[in-house]
Amino acid sequence: MASALINVPARAKRGEIIEVKTLISHVMETGFRHTQLGAAIPRNIIRRFVCTYNGTEIFSADLYPAISANPFIVFSTVATESGTLSFQWTGDNGFSVTESAKITVE
Amino acid sequence: MERSASRREFLKIAGGVAAGIGLSAVVTVRPASATPAEMQEAIRKVVGSARVTPGKVKIDLPPLIENGNAVPLTVRVDSPMTETDHVRAVHVFTEKNPQPYVITFHLGPRAGRAQVATRMRLADSQNVVAICELSDGSFWSDNASIVVTLAACLEDGI
Repeated sequence: MASALINVPARAKRGEIIEVKTLISHVMETGFRHTQLGAAIPRNIIRRFVCTYNGTEIFSADLYPAISANPFIVFSTVATESGTLSFQWTGDNGFSVTESAKITVE
Repeated sequence: MERSASRREFLKIAGGVAAGIGLSAVVTVRPASATPAEMQEAIRKVVGSARVTPGKVKIDLPPLIENGNAVPLTVRVDSPMTETDHVRAVHVFTEKNPQPYVITFHLGPRAGRAQVATRMRLADSQNVVAICELSDGSFWSDNASIVVTLAACLEDGI
């Protein structure tokens, strides 16, 4: 259903600081809008984003309705060892998406 | 004489009516938005009794944006990001959105560089405040003012 785009360099030197860009498709309905008939549109947002590097949490974020639709998050990390970066988004209505990216550190 | 008096009367009444309209407009048009005071309260909840000092953090926000639905936001902190001296969290707040909270980033020494970016919604031209929490427990802040031409959150859904 939901699709995520992740940009992680495939190769990096040990100790290098790499930039990680993530984008996920989600409406991020604020809960402050109304339909034309006046009924409130219920909130539906991603509340939390977590990134783990070989199982260790290296970055996380708490999201609120003020984040744009299709949340785009950029952060950086130190390339310590080859392995997997895993990304998880969780939110309202049981929303949960997990993606991963491989990195080779030399 | 009589004409000038009636003119004065007219102006008095017109002024009163205009003021009345202005006043009621202020009361009714004001959207469901947070106020700077609410933002201060939200910041207080995060920092507790600690002192917030301006500096170290830098918000990168365009001074003018056409579409408030997706405003690029970058926050940088001047920190070596070592085990003993790093940024623990970066909080972003707004004055006039329906809610003062925007996002909280949790960082650690493994981030390497204290720089994060996202896209946010802005309901009005306003001030955006970033507060960073360092590993020694100190808080630093920066604010940026932005002019928004087309506000987010106001359009109706289907």
